[in-house]
Amino acid sequence: MTNGSPENTAGLPLNKTRFQWKEETIRGALFLCAILSVATTLSIMAVLATEAFTFFENVSLSEFLLGKKWTPLLVPRSFGVLPLICGTLLIVAGAALIALPVGLATAIYLGEYAPGRIRSIVKPVLEVLAGIPTVVYGYFALTFITPLLRSVFPSTQIFNAASASIVVSIMVLPMVASLCDDSLRAVPLPLRQGAYALGATSFEVTTRVVVPASLSGVIASFVLALSRAIGETMAVALAAGATPRMTLNPLESIQTMTAYIVQVSLGDTPAGSVEYQTIFAVAALLFVITLMMNVIAHHVLRRFREVYE
Amino acid sequence: MTPGNALRRHAIAKVFHLLCATVTWASVAVLGVLLFHVSYSGWMWLDGQFLSSFPSRFPEKAGIQSALWGTLWLITLTVSFSVPIGVAAAVYLEEYGGKGKLSRLIEVNIANLAGVPSIVYGILGLVVFVRFFGFGRSVLAGSLTMSLLILPVIIVASRESVRAVPDSIRQAAFALGATRWQVIRSHVLPSALPGILTGVILAMSRAIGETAPLIMIGALTYVAFVPNGPMDVFTALPIQIFNWASRPQQEFHQLAAAGIIVLLTVLLLMNAIAVLIRYRTEEGNK
Repeated sequence: MTNGSPENTAGLPLNKTRFQWKEETIRGALFLCAILSVATTLSIMAVLATEAFTFFENVSLSEFLLGKKWTPLLVPRSFGVLPLICGTLLIVAGAALIALPVGLATAIYLGEYAPGRIRSIVKPVLEVLAGIPTVVYGYFALTFITPLLRSVFPSTQIFNAASASIVVSIMVLPMVASLCDDSLRAVPLPLRQGAYALGATSFEVTTRVVVPASLSGVIASFVLALSRAIGETMAVALAAGATPRMTLNPLESIQTMTAYIVQVSLGDTPAGSVEYQTIFAVAALLFVITLMMNVIAHHVLRRFREVYE
Repeated sequence: MTPGNALRRHAIAKVFHLLCATVTWASVAVLGVLLFHVSYSGWMWLDGQFLSSFPSRFPEKAGIQSALWGTLWLITLTVSFSVPIGVAAAVYLEEYGGKGKLSRLIEVNIANLAGVPSIVYGILGLVVFVRFFGFGRSVLAGSLTMSLLILPVIIVASRESVRAVPDSIRQAAFALGATRWQVIRSHVLPSALPGILTGVILAMSRAIGETAPLIMIGALTYVAFVPNGPMDVFTALPIQIFNWASRPQQEFHQLAAAGIIVLLTVLLLMNAIAVLIRYRTEEGNK
């Protein structure tokens, strides 16, 4: 691939330069395409930084990060982002509570117990679940999960954090299952056979040998799933409501960072005003949080991966 | 170790097995419930009139014609921007890139880009394409934004299938005097094509379902005409579904369900095509 460069097209010198010129041009064009991804990242950072900067000329960073009241669209305005963070965390915690154990259990079932035939049914189903658009999950939360919750807990509000976090958990579950499955399968068979030979049961082999051996992959999948849940937008915009508040009650209406951005861009807030600039500040915060989690996940994968020969 | 203890340990293992199986089949059941709920709520609105009407505030007159055409325009433009660039980037990284610092940087960067929330891409599109380049709330701005969003998916999938092309093919071509680009164009790309196609289809289905970035760039929700060119304003299927689902009336929820049936049918068809291509290639390699 990269070894041994074939500059030996052995024609006339004239021919050779023409070939080289063409080869170099193509190489340069391909390089530009590859570097575009770096340019994308840089422009995301530049856009968020400059737009958020104009916001922070009007509102202090400490008011934004530490304020407990978020009412940028109502007078008197208040720009404390904590209620949005609290709403986001409520959704993420609920989703994590369901998706992480279920995803790992699914991966364990597929990898350690299920025969190939069942695997070939379940895997495509998970792929379909992963491919369903988030707006569909939002609809499902609003018209199916919420009525279900209300019949069990009559105090549930029409828009509530619980139904949104249930669908977000369904949404990230395939990702957890498939990433965990990959890392469980990377554990070599002799490790399992050794444990079985010592008389361990399947439960003991799984929990004391296989999962610990693939722990870095499992943790990375958890972090990536949480990051995905934080950035999830349409389902929470439809089902979780538009009431920024600091609550731990999942049956109440809340607002997440992403849902707030959607609310403003659907409304008629004049572009350029301080109210409008809030979406860039919130988006910058969202970007920093998810980027940090992604970097951590990839670091865990690289740094702590057990390599088996 | 007493026999009782062994019995208990095996009982625990049985329960654990059962638990994992139950949980797995529960997620399969969730898909069933979701599909059933959507089809049950929406099927009676699904007819020729629904497919050929424009949005309306009267549910019985409303339809998805403009949304369907908007999605078609959006996907066509998105694919024509992102596929050449994505495949070119993948080819560069695999065939020219090497193990240098720059390649490593690009690689890490793509992995991180794949994790950026889609709404952040929407903000990028709003500032750069809608405002800075002055494309307005057009199909062009929407598809450029969408292209950036699905590029990491295309690059990762294409890289994998380019990497899977055996080195012996390259060496044979080099030995016959082909230049690097000739090797890539006539041997590597044709061999990698099925894998690239599968990746492209998966990326397309991602783009068809994405809603948040389009809302950010301001794709209108009420568009009573079919876009005629890349500079026209547009709506798309998921946006129309979002609009209907966020209204309080029951009828609009059912319309949203009908729209979802159309959307999911398209997505499942594309998925099936991807699976078929994968299957055919595996058969061919045997």
